[in-house]
Amino acid sequence: MKKDIRIIISAALFLVIGLILACEREERGFRVQQPDSNRIASKQLGTLQAGETAPTPVTQNEYENNALALSTGKQLFSQMNCTGCHAHGGGGIGPPLMDAKWIYGSQPEQVFATIVEGRPNGMPAFRNKLSDQQVWQLAAYVRSISGQAPKDTAPGRDDDMQAKTPENSQHKEKPKNVAVPKSAETSQ
Amino acid sequence: MTQRSAKLTSLFLGAGLLFAACGGRQSAVNAAGIQAERLESLWWIFFWITAVVYVIVMIVLIIAWVKARRSSAQEQPDVPDPARHRRATTVVGGALAITVVTLFILMVTSFRAGGAINSLSEKPPDLSVKVTGHQWWWQIEYQDDVTPGNNVMTANELHVPVGRTVKIMLESDDVIHSLWMPNFHGKKDLIPIYPTTFYFNADKPGTYWGQCAEFCGYQHAKMRLVITAESPEDFQKWLDAGRQTPPIPTEAVQKHGEEIFTTSVCAQCHTIQGTGANGRVGPDLTHIASRPYIGAGAMQNTSDNLANWILDPQKIKPGIKMPQNQFSDEDLRALVTYLESLK
Repeated sequence: MKKDIRIIISAALFLVIGLILACEREERGFRVQQPDSNRIASKQLGTLQAGETAPTPVTQNEYENNALALSTGKQLFSQMNCTGCHAHGGGGIGPPLMDAKWIYGSQPEQVFATIVEGRPNGMPAFRNKLSDQQVWQLAAYVRSISGQAPKDTAPGRDDDMQAKTPENSQHKEKPKNVAVPKSAETSQ
Repeated sequence: MTQRSAKLTSLFLGAGLLFAACGGRQSAVNAAGIQAERLESLWWIFFWITAVVYVIVMIVLIIAWVKARRSSAQEQPDVPDPARHRRATTVVGGALAITVVTLFILMVTSFRAGGAINSLSEKPPDLSVKVTGHQWWWQIEYQDDVTPGNNVMTANELHVPVGRTVKIMLESDDVIHSLWMPNFHGKKDLIPIYPTTFYFNADKPGTYWGQCAEFCGYQHAKMRLVITAESPEDFQKWLDAGRQTPPIPTEAVQKHGEEIFTTSVCAQCHTIQGTGANGRVGPDLTHIASRPYIGAGAMQNTSDNLANWILDPQKIKPGIKMPQNQFSDEDLRALVTYLESLK
């Protein structure tokens, strides 16, 4: 009899722990607080800086912790034809997104600015073509391509035929800034 | 509350629910078309026959229970009784025969109703409407086979002329949906890359509700359709109005609204005929101001609701494709004023 009660209690505890742990993973965050887009200044294009460098505020993009937002970003990635130049992250006409190299910065707000403002030599500006919410979702997904998003929220499969390693199994690269490659510079 | 009054209340509540369903704008027992009438009479035949059967079975069950209680009181020796056995065989055989005959009658009436419902498709329809299901709204297209320029595209509202045969062609853009307009017809599924059709005929003018009847995702419940059955003259008037491009904005506020709409995020997904906005992801908004509801029946089409919808549709219908938008108060007011001019 005593043993029975112990089994029941431990089973119940197990169930409760399982339920609590599972909650966040499956939560569909439709109403995630997005970063303030107004605070994001244009990315500095040159390396020279007058005076002391102001510390860049690091923006945490909450959409990276949200599976639904990342999958929406993934859909936008193909709907907005990002694959046309970046392929599925391997690059082509545009630079690859699955490696460690970032020309215009790897931080969420830098990726946001790159999408909104466009960049020289081919990257179009998406200002007024996507709402801020969509750009934050897209930026979250772009970072997940090189494994920057948590594994438990990054997409695990493609909507179409699986073209590459899913984002949640992607090796996490250590982002580093690089200059524009010589091949991308146009001769005037 | 005593137990008895609780029982009475629940009885009245249950009866109330039953009768409330009888007069509704979204009810299979308030037929507004010849096909729904067949379905309704079939429903009532089934209802009364099964009700009588239920009552008989319950009475027999109670009799058997009372008898068994009485006979168990007096010990009975377990001896075979041929007369009793014969009686029992007759009763069971008779009940079986009645059951088979009843089921057969139900089957024949059901076949006949099915045949009558499908008989409309034998003649060419007076009107063809293409209905495409999206997560979670209905795209309605009135097709003109002779002049494609006369096609009318709208969303979440179906206008039909009374007394005419309408052919509905169903397609789905994403998952399986099902169109159910209970006052007119049974359910019909919308299946991706497999077009389905049905024919129906509206007899009673009025407005009715249609609803997606196949679970299609998070906002399945808010995938509704307003059906307006009107006289052929009124219908033609509505259709002609739908073919026109909306009036060109005259006031400065409306002009500003149009500029925002056509040059910003809105135009990426929505179409307004006669402007540069020709997105095909969301509903056609050419005559949005003439529609009674927004968001596929999610809320009434008022200025406040429209403004709230534009700013944060994810609050009203979480999970839909339309994102949250950021507009200044002035821009938002201009946008709403412009949309409300699209009669």
